[in-house]
Amino acid sequence: MVKLNIDGRMIEVAEGTTILNASRMLNIEIPTLCNHPKLTPFGGCRLCLVEVKGVPRPLTSCTTPVSEGMEVTTSTPALEDLRKTVLELILSDHPNDCMICEKAGDCTLQELAYFYGISPYNPPLLKGDKGGFLGERRIYEKRDGNPFIERNMEKCILCGRCVKVCDEIQGVGAIDFAYRGFKSKICPPFERDLDCEFCGQCVAVCPTGALTGKMWQLRGRQKDIKEVDTTCAYCGTGCNITLHVRKNEVVRVTAKEDKWNEGWLCVKGRFGYTFINSPDRLKKPLIRIAPKHIADFGFRISDLNSEVRNQQSAIFKEVSWDEALDYISAKLKEIKEKHGPDSIAGLSSARCTTEENYLFQKFMRAAVGTNNVDHCARL
Amino acid sequence: MTNSIREIEGMEVIFVIGSNTKETHPVIANRMLKAIRKGTRLIVADPRRVPLVRFSEIFLQLKPGADAALLNGMAHVILKEGLCNDEFINERTEGFDEWKKSIETFTPHNASKITGIPEEEIIKAARLYGGSRKAGIFYTMGVTQHTHGTDNVNAIANLALLTGNIGREHTGISPLRGQNNVQGACDAGCLPNVYPGYQRVDIPMVKKKFEDIWGVPLSDKEGLKSTEMTLAADKGSLKALYVMGENPVMTDPNIGHTIEVLKKLDFLLVQDIFFTETAALADVVLPAACFAEKTGTFINTERKVQLVRKAVEPPGDAKEDTWIIAELSGRLGYPMKYSSAEEIFEELSSLWPALSGISYSRIRTHGIHWPCPTKDHPGTEYLFKAGFPRGKVSFTTVRYLPPAEAAGLDYPFVLTTGRNLFQYHSGSMTRRIASIEKHAGEPYVEINTEDAKKAGIKDGEKIKVASRRGQIEIKARVTDRISNGILFIPMHYREAAANVITTDALDPHGKTPEFKVCAVKIGKIKVSGE
Repeated sequence: MVKLNIDGRMIEVAEGTTILNASRMLNIEIPTLCNHPKLTPFGGCRLCLVEVKGVPRPLTSCTTPVSEGMEVTTSTPALEDLRKTVLELILSDHPNDCMICEKAGDCTLQELAYFYGISPYNPPLLKGDKGGFLGERRIYEKRDGNPFIERNMEKCILCGRCVKVCDEIQGVGAIDFAYRGFKSKICPPFERDLDCEFCGQCVAVCPTGALTGKMWQLRGRQKDIKEVDTTCAYCGTGCNITLHVRKNEVVRVTAKEDKWNEGWLCVKGRFGYTFINSPDRLKKPLIRIAPKHIADFGFRISDLNSEVRNQQSAIFKEVSWDEALDYISAKLKEIKEKHGPDSIAGLSSARCTTEENYLFQKFMRAAVGTNNVDHCARL
Repeated sequence: MTNSIREIEGMEVIFVIGSNTKETHPVIANRMLKAIRKGTRLIVADPRRVPLVRFSEIFLQLKPGADAALLNGMAHVILKEGLCNDEFINERTEGFDEWKKSIETFTPHNASKITGIPEEEIIKAARLYGGSRKAGIFYTMGVTQHTHGTDNVNAIANLALLTGNIGREHTGISPLRGQNNVQGACDAGCLPNVYPGYQRVDIPMVKKKFEDIWGVPLSDKEGLKSTEMTLAADKGSLKALYVMGENPVMTDPNIGHTIEVLKKLDFLLVQDIFFTETAALADVVLPAACFAEKTGTFINTERKVQLVRKAVEPPGDAKEDTWIIAELSGRLGYPMKYSSAEEIFEELSSLWPALSGISYSRIRTHGIHWPCPTKDHPGTEYLFKAGFPRGKVSFTTVRYLPPAEAAGLDYPFVLTTGRNLFQYHSGSMTRRIASIEKHAGEPYVEINTEDAKKAGIKDGEKIKVASRRGQIEIKARVTDRISNGILFIPMHYREAAANVITTDALDPHGKTPEFKVCAVKIGKIKVSGE
């Protein structure tokens, strides 16, 4: 264990802890853009600079491990001035189009600009505002054709979180830094379109609007969004997800870092939610009107979904719940009377909730009177 | 899973067999990667060079269906080299000596001949797994979807018993469940031989307990397993089928036969969120609510009970499944009155001690692993800490049996099926997602580069793939990810459905179909006018 002093407060932490993490333990907020608790430190954004007694220049707290007796100051007028300048430099090469940015309201860069009172580059808008930096901006063409991740590289601040998460967490390494200096950018090899696992981990850790979900566009940002914590409905991993709901529509899916899956999801969990609002959803009970042999012609494995929809209206008619339920119960009663309860079987679903499955088997066993109940565990 | 996902971090060795974890359980793969970055060593056994192989130290590219030979071969080496856990074997197992004899013939040489894996690789894998006392085995349908799937699982259990890699933290046998709530459906009693909580229907005392609680006489006759339902419908003894949230036309083997059989039924009721391939054959189709439109629980692959919360209203007149079931039940003269999903969960948890300590209020922020018998119990991350429920557990003799169908002159290729990263199962959900369709909307068959060259097939060319049961036309994806003589087709695509071809041969115990091996042939498609 190592003892040190941060802003006049003593703390004892494990050897190897960074100054940034030790400060967080004391609830001392140090601004950063590139640091992420689940990723290795990078020291790229230079916002987390702190002063250490006896060291002539400021140090990046995210990459500096603590040492015995260290005396750290996290905020001085000089440090705050440095931070402000760094932010002004970042914003001087930023579109500053928060008005129409998907990330507005949930953007670390925007928050920091707000807290440091930085208005867009120039001219000085407020009395006493000296204005920011003015200079060339990197202009990139948006041309990535992938259907999942919107990459707006003009908003990229080169914090490297996406590069790290892709390599360290996902083990894919689809993107990296390319070029040098002002021309630096993050891109797939040879600046081709992104072609990866599309887990969207990079989107989740991006501190700006550079990476967002394509299907989120213009569906709603933070205002009027209701967040609902739930469990993913795809595979058996059971990732904890948060549905972002606006006007009775799921507009986005995210995952929280403090849940067991640590904020990580896969392509289906993160981007595979739009089926909820599909126009194909069944909306009314349907009763068959055409005899079954018609299905011989109507149903071929190769049919496309739209053809199935047409077929749906040709073979079935929409009815009320009462009509459907009365019809079903009459049918089941008739079959049970004639052939016994074991002539009826039920296939329940590994897709439904435990409660629904419980009721389903109870229905088959207690209401129908058979143990003919199973589900697709084997398939 | 006997152990939890959290415990992956902390394992010394991970042995993945018959699981394409990186594509089918990506977030579990993330946890494996995290462990590997900290020094955990990985063995992968699969007929395909699946993405997880990149992170492995040993890759055992076995022939489809040769799992038991590989597992027994590894056991042979572990025994011969004295890597077994004698203390564990003596104290907690039985039938060791008899089983030991059955392993004698599985020398690395013999195992190599059956599996196609070089002898030294089998030995290396055995040493790595056998040499660790913190090793976990992970598997999925690559092990179970065989006519001898139960044997394969027994062979896995034998390995864990031999090394004592069970009943402790960071060890265990972990089948990764393929669906969000397979565990919950099993736990809730949607199995033909057991009531909720795996309580057998043919034990009079158990039956009495449920009769008392449910207030009606119950049947003590074991019911039909899903694959047996198909057979019964074919014979005509099954007249009506109620399908809730499943799509057997796409997911059962031998589609042609499935359709024919479902048409024979007097009455088919399908309850789903989409008009599925199965719904097209129904007499009545009922619109249900999807996961975002209802409250309840899913129980994940590690036995963790987690909440599902309603976020939006269902479309049109679609209703929650519980409402539909209760309405039907009332009409059949057995009224069900529940005011909420929570009330249903409470009834279930009162019937099974493993769940009795779990309530909605306890799992509001984090789920709890069953068994959790009391309100102050923290849940159980790993099983068998205090020993096996039946005292000592037996080694099971596993012989190697070839798959039901072997490649031969007429059908020279072996076809294996599975999922890919982007689509999901029968596709009823993911195939309606525009972005997924744009990226991975086309069916394909993976074929080895040399095989393709020999047959004159180019990458992206549409070819015929046929078995004794059916034929499809599908684009070839020429790749070295797969070995010579083997083809892979993902199961999701109705327009070139893998299950048109697959065999309906079943495992005699689990009644699981052999999706992972069937004999097929390929052919070029003649373009008219050429």
